[in-house]
Amino acid sequence: MSPDTATATLPPAIDDGEAAEREPAAAEAAATADATAGAAVALEVHDLTVAYRTQPVLWDVDLELPAGQLIAIVGPNGAGKSTLLKAVLGLVKPITGWVKVFDAPYRRRRSWVGYVPQRESVDWDFPTSALDVVTMGLYGRIGWLRRPRRAHRETALACLEQVGIRELAGRQISQLSGGQQQRVFLARALAQDARLYLMDEPFAGVDATTERAILTLLKELRARGRTVIAVHHDLQTVAEYFDHVVLLNMRLVASGPVETTFTPENLQRTYGGRLTVLTQAAEALLRRPSVDRDEAASVRPPGAP
Amino acid sequence: MELTFTVRHVLAGAALLGVVGGVLGSFALLRRQSLLGDALAHAALPGVCLGYLLTGAKTPLPLFAGALVAGLVGAFFILATVRWSRVKEDSAIGIVLSVFFGIGIVLLTHIQKLPAGNQSGLDKYLFGQAATLLADDVRLMAWLSAAVLAAVVLGYKELKLLSFDRAFAASLGMPVRAAEVGLTLLLVVAVVVGLRTVGVVLIVATLITPAAAARQWTDRLGWMMALAAAIGAASGIAGALASATVPRLPTGPAIVLAASAVLVVSLLFAPRRGMVWAKLRERRVAARIRRENLLKDLYRLGESAGGWGGFAPAPLLMGVRGQTALELSRSARPLVQRGLLERAGDALRLTARGSDEAARVVRKHRLWELYLTRRLELARDHVHRDAEAMEHALTDAAVADLEHQLGYPTVDPHGRPIPPPPAGRTATAAGGEART
Amino acid sequence: MSALLGPTGVVLLVGSLVAASCALVGSFLVLRKMALMGDAISHAVLPGIAIAFLLSGSRSPLPMVLGAGALGVLTVVLVELSHRSGRLKKDASIGVVFPALFAVGVILISRYAAQVDLDLDCVLYGEIAYAPWDLLLIGDRSLGPKALWVTGGALVANLLLVGLAYKELKVTTFDPELAAALGFSPVLMHYLLMSAVSVTVVTSFESVGAILVVAMLVVPPATAYLLTDRLSRLLALAVAIGIASAVGGYWLARWWDASIAGAMATVAGALFTLALLLSPRHGLLARALTHRRLGGRLADQLVLLHLGSAASAQAPATLRRRFGWSAARLARVLRRLESAGWVDRSAAGLALTPAGAGALERTGSRQLAHPPT
Repeated sequence: MSPDTATATLPPAIDDGEAAEREPAAAEAAATADATAGAAVALEVHDLTVAYRTQPVLWDVDLELPAGQLIAIVGPNGAGKSTLLKAVLGLVKPITGWVKVFDAPYRRRRSWVGYVPQRESVDWDFPTSALDVVTMGLYGRIGWLRRPRRAHRETALACLEQVGIRELAGRQISQLSGGQQQRVFLARALAQDARLYLMDEPFAGVDATTERAILTLLKELRARGRTVIAVHHDLQTVAEYFDHVVLLNMRLVASGPVETTFTPENLQRTYGGRLTVLTQAAEALLRRPSVDRDEAASVRPPGAP
Repeated sequence: MELTFTVRHVLAGAALLGVVGGVLGSFALLRRQSLLGDALAHAALPGVCLGYLLTGAKTPLPLFAGALVAGLVGAFFILATVRWSRVKEDSAIGIVLSVFFGIGIVLLTHIQKLPAGNQSGLDKYLFGQAATLLADDVRLMAWLSAAVLAAVVLGYKELKLLSFDRAFAASLGMPVRAAEVGLTLLLVVAVVVGLRTVGVVLIVATLITPAAAARQWTDRLGWMMALAAAIGAASGIAGALASATVPRLPTGPAIVLAASAVLVVSLLFAPRRGMVWAKLRERRVAARIRRENLLKDLYRLGESAGGWGGFAPAPLLMGVRGQTALELSRSARPLVQRGLLERAGDALRLTARGSDEAARVVRKHRLWELYLTRRLELARDHVHRDAEAMEHALTDAAVADLEHQLGYPTVDPHGRPIPPPPAGRTATAAGGEART
Repeated sequence: MSALLGPTGVVLLVGSLVAASCALVGSFLVLRKMALMGDAISHAVLPGIAIAFLLSGSRSPLPMVLGAGALGVLTVVLVELSHRSGRLKKDASIGVVFPALFAVGVILISRYAAQVDLDLDCVLYGEIAYAPWDLLLIGDRSLGPKALWVTGGALVANLLLVGLAYKELKVTTFDPELAAALGFSPVLMHYLLMSAVSVTVVTSFESVGAILVVAMLVVPPATAYLLTDRLSRLLALAVAIGIASAVGGYWLARWWDASIAGAMATVAGALFTLALLLSPRHGLLARALTHRRLGGRLADQLVLLHLGSAASAQAPATLRRRFGWSAARLARVLRRLESAGWVDRSAAGLALTPAGAGALERTGSRQLAHPPT
């Protein structure tokens, strides 16, 4: 079974008693001193190993990801991409290794991190409105066991406005299209007003218009100095959308700027034999000038906004 | 009916049960834990028996406490089994349900063989008997209900988030494991409140059925819970009263039937979601499609005959789509009434207005075919089926947009002419209703 | 025949027959994740039995089996309809259909049959103790306890089903899409299985009652599921465990003067718990040990790797900081590595021995696993 495609309630690996994210005292002192947004490194991962039952999902992963960039995580199914995000968020417990967000453990940086889960991880039949979902992103600020105020409602509406669906605020979420649902999730993340956004397949299953809107939003975030780490499924758009890429297949294959790291050799090592078909298709697509893609994207199906 | 103590207790007990069951049942329903509630209810039986064995008391508190503890143990067992072994959730629920109940039955039959055991009244917990509720029972139920409702009101937004998106809740720092245990605890309390009234076997229906009924009427969680509480209370009272007045009618089944009746009515007749309305809508749309197809068929026949002046005989029209005479006349009649068709005996012909209308439909069809062949590069002989469906769904705005994009074409992929837009309408691109 | 077996023997035999029949069909329910449909059917057949009883005026098995079978199918149909309508999820559909049907059954029995031998409590937990004396009479001759014939018949039917349709059941359970591609009909198998469950349920009803049929359907197969990975062995084990629960339950009930059916369920539960804890392959204990071993192996390998790539001896504190481990954990790892002769501790620090370097070579290529397919 592939934990990557499991539901959001991935059971944590059994802890053998040792907290794997206990970090040495020296680093902790340094972290509190340097915990400014100007830190160059958004995410640090050391020797991260996660296993599901007895099957390893992530093996000895070391990463250092720069702040202020759009970063893609790619790899085949079951490669541990979603698990990596969940390990950062503390949703799964690693067997070994630790994670630091802006130079401190996650639990001290919670308010600095926004999370956009996979769309399928949620039951969209739940009786709630788009505005309600976005407001959930403010719960950290509202405080536990307190009521949302009008100011919070305004903020949530503003976030919906930012993703272009303010008029759908009162709509029941099951009545939204896939692209609109994804925008609701993004609005919720925006409401968290984070410095680092972790997104799990934000472009999956959305139409071309929404895809462009999401990309515009990500670029705006980058312009404001925020960092985005996104699990991405579409190899064709990695080089175009992202600055930095992480190639993952249970072990780290490569991590670096997209120009130097997103190469056929690295892709081959990540995807193994499965890349043959992909490579040929990718090469065929890359041969056509990129102008074609824009033109094709501009022919909208009739009736689309 | 005189409001004797008994009746008052019955009403109070049933109402409390309904309210608490409806509220907690809403969560169970949405979290897909309906049958977990069933397992917890069955698991309560050994707890009740143990409570009796350990204290010998006839007061409700130790029995309720026993039920609570047993319910929690059962919940833990299910959780542990699913989390730490390969046994799946449905099996785990079935195991706890039947084994705990079996243990309960062993204890129950054992108690009944004891000297004072026959008066224990424990067998009332199987099917429920509201008429035996005492003031003490009702008071305890009231306290428990108040505590449960207070907890839900206090933690409403947290419980809502937890049920909707557990991973996100955890990322915000909510202690999700503890919160889930808390919610399970509330569920067990809701079960315990209803135990004496409905009995262990059927209590799942008092949790799930009102909530499922309420869901059909509203899309807001708050309203859903309130409505579930109301339905639960109403069916509780109705069932309990029926059981008290009709001889040999146990309370549990009576309440369940009342709630189920409300559910059936809700499923069929709730506004918008109701199955009856949905079926009617479907029929209306299907009829409209059949009428538009008839206009289109006449148009095409006229096209190939070189003009639209002639009457098309019924058998010819029936042959186009393999319709029966009855189906044909059913589609034709409203069109005749609206002045779009003329009838001469069996045969039909388009009026001037009718051919305008037909042209509209044909236009949509052929524009869509062109779009498919030009932009999506589909083969000419692959596009007809798709267009047959799309022609009924395209709005006027969408069509105008389509035309604009294709550059106002005059001929479709098969070489047939595309009818021009009706006079008076300009072809400007406009926002459509289609979803993004 | 009863003379041959004695009342105890009859009860044991009936119990075993029930357990075996239930285990056969229940195994497929468990594997298909439909255990709760078994629960639903076992409750929902009650009105069918009640109606059959009221219409036929007797407790002869045939009308009851027919009535129950009809209700079983009705249950499945109603659940599917509710679910397909899109307005109820699968678990909710089950949770609203079977209580309503069960409630109808209880009301029918309480109102119209209470005085005539159909006891309400027995609906829940049966009266197997009466089996030896409830004889099947044809004219003047007694053919022995009715329950033996009924439950025996059910077992034969289930054996036939599983025997003849083994391949089909297997494929449609594990890979419905492949089954459809091969020309088997998953839908047909589904309804066939549900009908078999209905028949099994009603034939077991009188012996063990509604709730405890569920125990026999689900618990022994789940126990077997923890012990083996092969379908044929699972079926055999489930039957064996079911019979053991039946026999053990009887003696427990005798000892404690309590409900026999309840005791059977209790014993089944105890056996399941034992398997849950102690199964060599899938039990909790085994898992915890494996997990610990895996964690240990990983930790060992990390240290070897690290020391292998270090230029000079490393202080233990450096390793601790690098991996974020506690002193105790590092000590455990080092103890293992040192006793294997792979790591050498000196005043300068920790370093790989030549044997350790060799071990690193070997484990390196094996443990650094290929990507999962």
